[in-house]
Amino acid sequence: MVLTDDDLLRLQATANRIRQDVIEMLVAAGSGHSAGPLGMADVFTALYFRVLRHDPRRPDWPERDRLVLSNGHICPVLYATMAEAGYFPVEELATLRKLGSRLQGHPHRQKLPGLETSSGPLGSGLSQAAGMALVAQRDGLRWRTYCLMSDGEQEEGNTWEAVMFAAKYRLHSLCAIMDRNNIQIDGHTEDVMPLDSIRAKYEAFNWHVLEIDGHNFEQIVGACDEARAIYERPTLIVAHTIPGKGVDYMENRYEWHGSPPDAANVPGAPPKGKQAAVALAELRTLGGRIRSEHE
Amino acid sequence: MIGLAPHLDPRLFADDLPQVPTRNGYGEGLVLAGEADPHVVALCADLTESTRTEAFKEKFPDRFVEVGVAEQNLVTVAAGMAACGKIPFTTSYAMFSPGRNWEQIRTTACYNDQPVKVVGSHAGVSVGPDGATHQALEDIALMRVLPNMVVVCPTDALEARRATVAIAQHGQPTYLRLSRAKVPQITTEQTPFTLGRAEAYCDGDDVAIVACGQMVYRALVAARDLAAAGIRARVINCHTVKPLDAATLVRAAEETGAVVTAEEHQVAGGLGSAVAELLVQRHPVPMQLVGVQDRFGESGEPDELLEAFGLTADAIAQAARAVVARKRGASAPAR
Repeated sequence: MVLTDDDLLRLQATANRIRQDVIEMLVAAGSGHSAGPLGMADVFTALYFRVLRHDPRRPDWPERDRLVLSNGHICPVLYATMAEAGYFPVEELATLRKLGSRLQGHPHRQKLPGLETSSGPLGSGLSQAAGMALVAQRDGLRWRTYCLMSDGEQEEGNTWEAVMFAAKYRLHSLCAIMDRNNIQIDGHTEDVMPLDSIRAKYEAFNWHVLEIDGHNFEQIVGACDEARAIYERPTLIVAHTIPGKGVDYMENRYEWHGSPPDAANVPGAPPKGKQAAVALAELRTLGGRIRSEHE
Repeated sequence: MIGLAPHLDPRLFADDLPQVPTRNGYGEGLVLAGEADPHVVALCADLTESTRTEAFKEKFPDRFVEVGVAEQNLVTVAAGMAACGKIPFTTSYAMFSPGRNWEQIRTTACYNDQPVKVVGSHAGVSVGPDGATHQALEDIALMRVLPNMVVVCPTDALEARRATVAIAQHGQPTYLRLSRAKVPQITTEQTPFTLGRAEAYCDGDDVAIVACGQMVYRALVAARDLAAAGIRARVINCHTVKPLDAATLVRAAEETGAVVTAEEHQVAGGLGSAVAELLVQRHPVPMQLVGVQDRFGESGEPDELLEAFGLTADAIAQAARAVVARKRGASAPAR
């Protein structure tokens, strides 16, 4: 057992709060991405509340693990997780995307302490994470670098430049986590540009690859632990997730990739104006359902 | 006689004036910067010898990173290293970096405000026989529009060496533009050099010629020729294209009333545009821009190409005569 029952309950409750934060902040912002942030809430919760060595009171602590969010558009889940972890007040989440806010529509390093880099344009996070891991390796520093990326951004050439680079320099302190939710703006990834077998591709590039259920805390934490034990290779964790996870009408609908609740008419969704309320009501009562997936 | 600054090489107009590529000065400066600060690292995209990064690689193998032919990775890995306290110099040909990786430079170096140094060698038509695909003529424009970015185009190898040492320590993302071909070595150790400060190398009150890169030398030759015709030109080495030395340039416009710019770059978006943007708001005067006129380069020998593209002392002198005539109210055609 990686996690005790108590650990699991706490992580599930935290992830549920983060999902509610995400819905509320998106509605307040009136724009932004829904599916990715909801789908990655469990991974972010596991990282910030179990895996990362970090200190929200000292965001510039030199020994901290580095977390690079490559697909910056899912930043609502990053912000909500950071707020729940204590980096800044949860109330500030309501400023997302507003003029003067530290919570820019895509993350800006210089606005918010605790961000390692600005991101938004896809495909560049893994390179920056590799640069960080290279510094740690050459200077004998013990912190690890985590890079969160989407599946869609595997279509970017820059990603593969970084994949080759990380393998060449045997960056074993680099752990990439891919949100394999199979959707992107124009549709399903395998229709837009087939990625499978993403595992075979990374293995062919000399990476260590793990595949997990991205909603199973045991598997998320366990994979991060295993990555720590891998020497001489970077690790990719392919986290299979359900986009929109936790809100029934959003799950697996690519239409929610780039829209907030109450802003889009999508088949199967409640009418505009009722979508946020339905989502929040569902989240507040869904603890049992989400928990059941870990048993 | 013209009022030349005494600190320039005394062989300035002689046949034995040394000729050295600015990339050589960069290579020397990089080693000096590395000796001065252990945080300096160098990354290269499969062009270690020709960008003169080799000396640094040999001296500091643990601080050198070979990324292969991957310019997007080049600057983004560097941005990651900069986020961990390093001062990364990234080298390639200007056509590829910043030619290919502009967005990565914008987001990961400039928007993040990390001190990534983008070093673009082989800029300008004087690259020579390789032809237009390798002759970056738009790089200054690409880099100068980016917030936080500093843009430096050294006039000769010694200045390139000093610029390299200087940009290692100023903490900002920076573009350093270098040449492949040998260029006249006009400055000496006595020549003043400060980042962000334009230096007058030749005094005159009839027209100001503002140049960067090897066009400074050609501007000095033009000033000598103009003097014979009774026109006294002030030649200004504007090695730092961004931020511009506004005080020096506005004063030059006020005191001469006519300005020519000269650069080995498209006239759109380069040094000439930068100077025009400044002067049109602060002290508009007749101006003429010497540079590449909205066309691609081609194969040839460096000097043949400079001649073919009108990047010569004669072209600068002709432009100077035209702006002086306009200043005096004569109806001179604008070339």
